[in-house]
Amino acid sequence: MPDANSLYGPLDPAPDAGWVSAPPRMGFFTDTSVCIGCKACEVACKEWNGVPDSGFDLLGMSYDNTGALTANSWRHVAFIEQPRPAGHRTPPFAGDPTGPATSPASATAGAVTAADTGTNPGLPPGQPEAAALMAAGPEFLGMPGARPPGRGTGAESRTDFRWLMMSDVCKHCTHAACLDVCPTGSLFRTEFGTVVVQEDICNGCGYCISACPYGVIDQRKDDGRAWKCTLCYDRIGAGMTPACAQACPTESIQYGPLDELRERAARRVTALHERGVPEARLYGHDPTDGVGGDGAFFLLLDSPEVYGLPPDPVVTTRDLPKMWKRAGLAALAMAAAAVAAFAGGSS
Amino acid sequence: MSPDRPVGDLFRRFRERPAAGRVNGSATGRDAGLAPHPSRDAAPRRGGRGGGEQLNVPPAEFTSYYGRPVLKPPVWRWDVAAYLFTGGLAAGSSLLAAGGQLTGRPALRRAGRVSALAAVGASTYFLVNDLGRPSRFHHMLRVAKVTSPMSVGTWILSVFGPAAGVAAVAEAAPLLPDRGVLGFGRRLLPPAGHAAGVVAAVTAPALATYTGVLLADTAVPSWHEAYPELPAIFAGSALASGAGVGLVAAPGAQAGPARRLAVAGAAMELWGSHRVENRLGLLSEPYTQGTPGKLLRAGRALTAAGVAGALLGRRSRVLSALSGGALIAASVCTRFGIFHGGVASARDPRYTVVPQRERADRRAAGQD
Repeated sequence: MPDANSLYGPLDPAPDAGWVSAPPRMGFFTDTSVCIGCKACEVACKEWNGVPDSGFDLLGMSYDNTGALTANSWRHVAFIEQPRPAGHRTPPFAGDPTGPATSPASATAGAVTAADTGTNPGLPPGQPEAAALMAAGPEFLGMPGARPPGRGTGAESRTDFRWLMMSDVCKHCTHAACLDVCPTGSLFRTEFGTVVVQEDICNGCGYCISACPYGVIDQRKDDGRAWKCTLCYDRIGAGMTPACAQACPTESIQYGPLDELRERAARRVTALHERGVPEARLYGHDPTDGVGGDGAFFLLLDSPEVYGLPPDPVVTTRDLPKMWKRAGLAALAMAAAAVAAFAGGSS
Repeated sequence: MSPDRPVGDLFRRFRERPAAGRVNGSATGRDAGLAPHPSRDAAPRRGGRGGGEQLNVPPAEFTSYYGRPVLKPPVWRWDVAAYLFTGGLAAGSSLLAAGGQLTGRPALRRAGRVSALAAVGASTYFLVNDLGRPSRFHHMLRVAKVTSPMSVGTWILSVFGPAAGVAAVAEAAPLLPDRGVLGFGRRLLPPAGHAAGVVAAVTAPALATYTGVLLADTAVPSWHEAYPELPAIFAGSALASGAGVGLVAAPGAQAGPARRLAVAGAAMELWGSHRVENRLGLLSEPYTQGTPGKLLRAGRALTAAGVAGALLGRRSRVLSALSGGALIAASVCTRFGIFHGGVASARDPRYTVVPQRERADRRAAGQD
């Protein structure tokens, strides 16, 4: 008998998928406050998993030349560069003949650049207008002060330019839409509660790609199948740490039992709040959210959408019972119309 | 401080640029977006949309990662949109055929059976061709999952397809000789076709409507939010296209039911597409703009013309056939319009971020 929360709500996914005496659910906690953007995670992932290259072009929008999670990039380090002039000071790089390091103009151009990632849809172009808005900082953050920047005004005005870095990855949702909609059974739930594609089963129907609320899973062009992070199923099965977490030099990526990670993350947020970083918040940690909580969750320093994450994702299959009901009604209406049309005589 | 202009002037001016030409200035939206506490947290926001026409759509302020889409747009090519049409046509035709078979209208029966087989054959081709690994199409038959509308659809098709095939082949019975093995076939085929036609007709409503769930059960914003209407639109479109086949193929004396089917189908389709174009707020927008908007408007015009022609032209064989053609074309336009409207909504981060941000903010406000 499936759990009442099989489609939506808090759930331990591995037992729900039929595993008996499953090990504790494993996951990632990615603490972006200590990410230095070195991309060791991207490289380690490619090395270990034999992931093909994802194009070597510069995207021109930031130090992020990966652009997005694709079938050929299972970790993606996002760089958010925004001018945040502090108080009365000169805007950053204002006197520089090349202009500001990041500007609405460069973001506009960068939004539509594309590298051939070898995948489909891979890295679709963005909206220039939205990119311009994203790259422009607020003009004026407060009154000029008598003391040096950052002293007395708190951490929020310490820099005139901010870099947010975040290593994105498949979220291994509690309610994974990709898995729910997979018509071949290629996607499956592992004993660790993670979601993995079996490449010998996948026939490239592409349904998982449209179903993922995070835009993670993607199709490889040359072989037509869908690929994504496996949370290093082969490594964790042997008691090892996934390649990205192993390679992370700052422990921004932490791997472990999800319960433990959630406690650790809560402590970290409290510590950051105490240290004057009020914008620190967790994302994907809550088992009552729209996807039942993520197996890979994050500590962010701004709203999720700044990092290209959906602010309030909901697994599409939450509404599936209602959808089938509507389809049933429509089918009945259709049958009734046909009967009526033929019963109505010959005029 | 730069001597000639205030801090941030360049940015300010640049940010005016995208808004140029829009009617509603966005100064208020920007001011609201600059609420200062905590200041680093305040993402740059501004009323981007607005303009004159769509007054019911709230201005969509949103933040994004370099304007890139949050979702991966569907990788389905035009094959899937074409399948939406051919699958519906197959369903509508087989209902028409079964009606013709049970009420003694051989022209409707024959046309319906033949077009159902052709359409279901085309459907199979489109579906297999769209796979990344077409040679693995049979992997669909490994499992049966109600959580996967594609799996459900596979099983519906694998019942419908053979039934429609047998029904259509049975139409060839009169061509067989009277005697021998083939003569036996000649006697066996009509009852087999009869039974198969009934099976196909019973499966047909499921075939026509599951595709609505297929599209709705995705993260694609404008498809998902349209889930109450999509099955009705597709059912209506399927009936109308099936009726179109009847109007094209059957003589006026037998085409009465096809005319009534056309009216019923058109009503369902127009009701549904009117709802998705108006009920969904911001998420209705992709269905009214650009290519999807044009396709859906063309579909509506063709549907109206087809129904009018079918009703007024009941004496004229030519007018009836033209009306039937218009109904079939309308179904093509509607399917491609709905398909591309959803794809457009996944390509623009606005349609992902804005509704979710509003929902999250509402919830946060409710908790405070």
